[in-house]
Amino acid sequence: LSGTPETPKEDGRPKWDNKFQYILSCIGFAVGLGNVWRFPYLCQIHGGGAFLIPYFIALLFEGIPLLHLELALGQCLRKGSIGAWNTISPYLGGVGVGSWMVSILVSLYYNTVLTWVMWYFINSFQEPLPWSVCPLNENRTGFNEECYESTAVNYFWYRKTLNITPDIAESGTFQWWLILCLAACWAIVYLCTIRGIETTGKAIYVTAIFPYLVLTIFLIQGLTLPGATEGLIYLFTPNLNTLKNPRVWLDAATQIFFSLSLAFGGLIAFASYNPTKNDCEKDAVTVAIVNSMTSLYASIPVFSVLGFKATTAYWDCLDRNIISIINEFDLPEESIMRQNYTSWISFLNSSYPEKIAGLKLKNCDLQEFLDQSVSGTGLAFIVFTQAIILMPGSQAWAILFFIMLFSLGLSSMFGNIEGVFTPLLELQIIPKSAPKELLSGIICLISFLIALCFTLGSGSYWIDIFDRYAASVPLLVLAFFEVIGVVYIYKIKRFSEDVEWMTGRKLNLFWQITWRFISPLLLLIVFMAFVTLQLQKPPSYTAWNPKYEGFPMKEEKVYPPWVQAICVLLAALPCVCVPLVALFHLVKQKRRSKDPSFVPPEVFSCQGANS
Amino acid sequence: RISNVLLCNVTDRVSFWFVVTDSSKNVTTVPGSEVEAAIRMNRNRINNAFLLSDKTLQFLKITSTLSPPVEPSTPVWLIVFGVVLCLIVAGIVFLIVSGIQKHKKKNKESTERENLEEKVEVTLENGIPCEALDLKTGRVNGVFAADDERFTSL
Repeated sequence: LSGTPETPKEDGRPKWDNKFQYILSCIGFAVGLGNVWRFPYLCQIHGGGAFLIPYFIALLFEGIPLLHLELALGQCLRKGSIGAWNTISPYLGGVGVGSWMVSILVSLYYNTVLTWVMWYFINSFQEPLPWSVCPLNENRTGFNEECYESTAVNYFWYRKTLNITPDIAESGTFQWWLILCLAACWAIVYLCTIRGIETTGKAIYVTAIFPYLVLTIFLIQGLTLPGATEGLIYLFTPNLNTLKNPRVWLDAATQIFFSLSLAFGGLIAFASYNPTKNDCEKDAVTVAIVNSMTSLYASIPVFSVLGFKATTAYWDCLDRNIISIINEFDLPEESIMRQNYTSWISFLNSSYPEKIAGLKLKNCDLQEFLDQSVSGTGLAFIVFTQAIILMPGSQAWAILFFIMLFSLGLSSMFGNIEGVFTPLLELQIIPKSAPKELLSGIICLISFLIALCFTLGSGSYWIDIFDRYAASVPLLVLAFFEVIGVVYIYKIKRFSEDVEWMTGRKLNLFWQITWRFISPLLLLIVFMAFVTLQLQKPPSYTAWNPKYEGFPMKEEKVYPPWVQAICVLLAALPCVCVPLVALFHLVKQKRRSKDPSFVPPEVFSCQGANS
Repeated sequence: RISNVLLCNVTDRVSFWFVVTDSSKNVTTVPGSEVEAAIRMNRNRINNAFLLSDKTLQFLKITSTLSPPVEPSTPVWLIVFGVVLCLIVAGIVFLIVSGIQKHKKKNKESTERENLEEKVEVTLENGIPCEALDLKTGRVNGVFAADDERFTSL
């Protein structure tokens, strides 16, 4: 006989270069755009510092246990999501398929958001910034009407970037500039994921660490801006009364769940490339805490800048009123300043009330400007860009900001793509002799072609739909089945033995309690509350319609029935995989049990496969 | 001519109404629309005469024509995009080529190793090098030698 004996570790599976790469990849996957533009918003509307209470409770009882479960699962079974769940039980294979589907749907629309970020990035090299001035109208006597009625920033976002249609049913045309940026984004994703974790492992050093540098720079800059302290006080002032509202607890639970990127299959894939004797418990706690700390750290510069913006808007409001008063009463310049504005107004109102009323002065209230809370793309592309114009050296700040957003999103894309790539690699869709580069190329090319739909005029409405329906309810359902599957079908005793073997110490009682009872219960409650809230009113959206009477306010519209059907399909398709695959296996089992030569497969054990 | 400009309704802030007369047509005023058109065309000269700008010298009902922002022939963003795309494509090509090279090297190495193993196979038999076995009489395998009696006789 020839050849060297097969060592169990050398099964040809790629592995991380070092532990730090693995931790960084998990952190990069978890820390994404939501940490910057959703958490600060939630903090603001749910009573500032008081929101941290439900947030940390949800982290402790829902986030960390589920994260630990996924990492331990991937590390023990050493397979991607589809393979792992098939190994646990063929009846649970649907959970893996569902995770894989959600990863595909999310990759499609998430990269389009990165396309917008890239578009803004390449436009940041101009002087002046294109979103700071309105273009002129045809006869050059004034500004473009749509731009003038809203703001230059709004115009650049809705018209020059999205070229948005007034209704979701109107698809509009393809925006060629977005197609170019989309191609570039998918090319970048291909470049980084071309050989799986071999290449993403190198890229993650940059994309995961760079955002922290930029956040620190913005923190220092933000704190020096006027009005920053107002913004921070407004953000962090705790209002404990909000805790009585169950909506706050629901938002905290969903924020933690979606922020940690659970049930995508990406974390299972990452953990599967680990050596089996690895402390997954410590890893899970580390990743979850770093993710939450990043959210908190990011909210400080965001709110300094928002406070600065609100203060500047307040000053502008005052200045405009002052000019109209000076013009009307023929007062000398600089007689009314911001400081003595209120005394002047009260004096003039008592002496000449009709004249003051005739001026139609806008009521300037700093609180009102601070209250204009936005989250999501509105925060990044409208509010923040407006604040950047007001800073000295705006080009540099814009470039830094958009590179940071791009890195945050790209490191999350790595996890999404890994959740798609690893199961396909294991299912051996392409022959083993074909290089891995081919599979990743096919995935990126097909995704690019499908994502072209999002570059239509109505694209951003569709992205909202994907975000609200494909990336919310299915994840909750899949996570619920994950916990139930591991605890009650794989059996908690077996799993705790596996984890003990991997970490080298006995499983803490905390994990037993949370996995068995608390986390599934929490997930069930969150799911029911979430669905109830969604079903309370017909799903609607806000459309940007220049012909609307209330313009520049957005018009509230209801989704047409065919769009509602697509929403339901997006939410239901990954969930329905679970019972479908179970049914399929039941039928196969019934047929097989009639076959006398059938031998039942042996029971899988984490240690057995690797000893 | 200056004498044809008459002032009226002077106020505290430097603002005034004026009409322009046409001396050639018996002291009648020039119609407002013509004055407006003339001011529009010569706005720059009037501003410069007072050392003011469009913002500080305002003619009511005459909106100033604004100058469009300077736009280069190729938009700047397209240039930046081109640079970014070139970098990405260069990176992809480099990675693919290095991947193919590694693949070829691995194939060459594995075929070399196979050839080496075949040669080694040839010269090894049951772990004993063939040179040692090169006995004309062959070796007697002690395991079977003692079992001669157990064989059934023909």
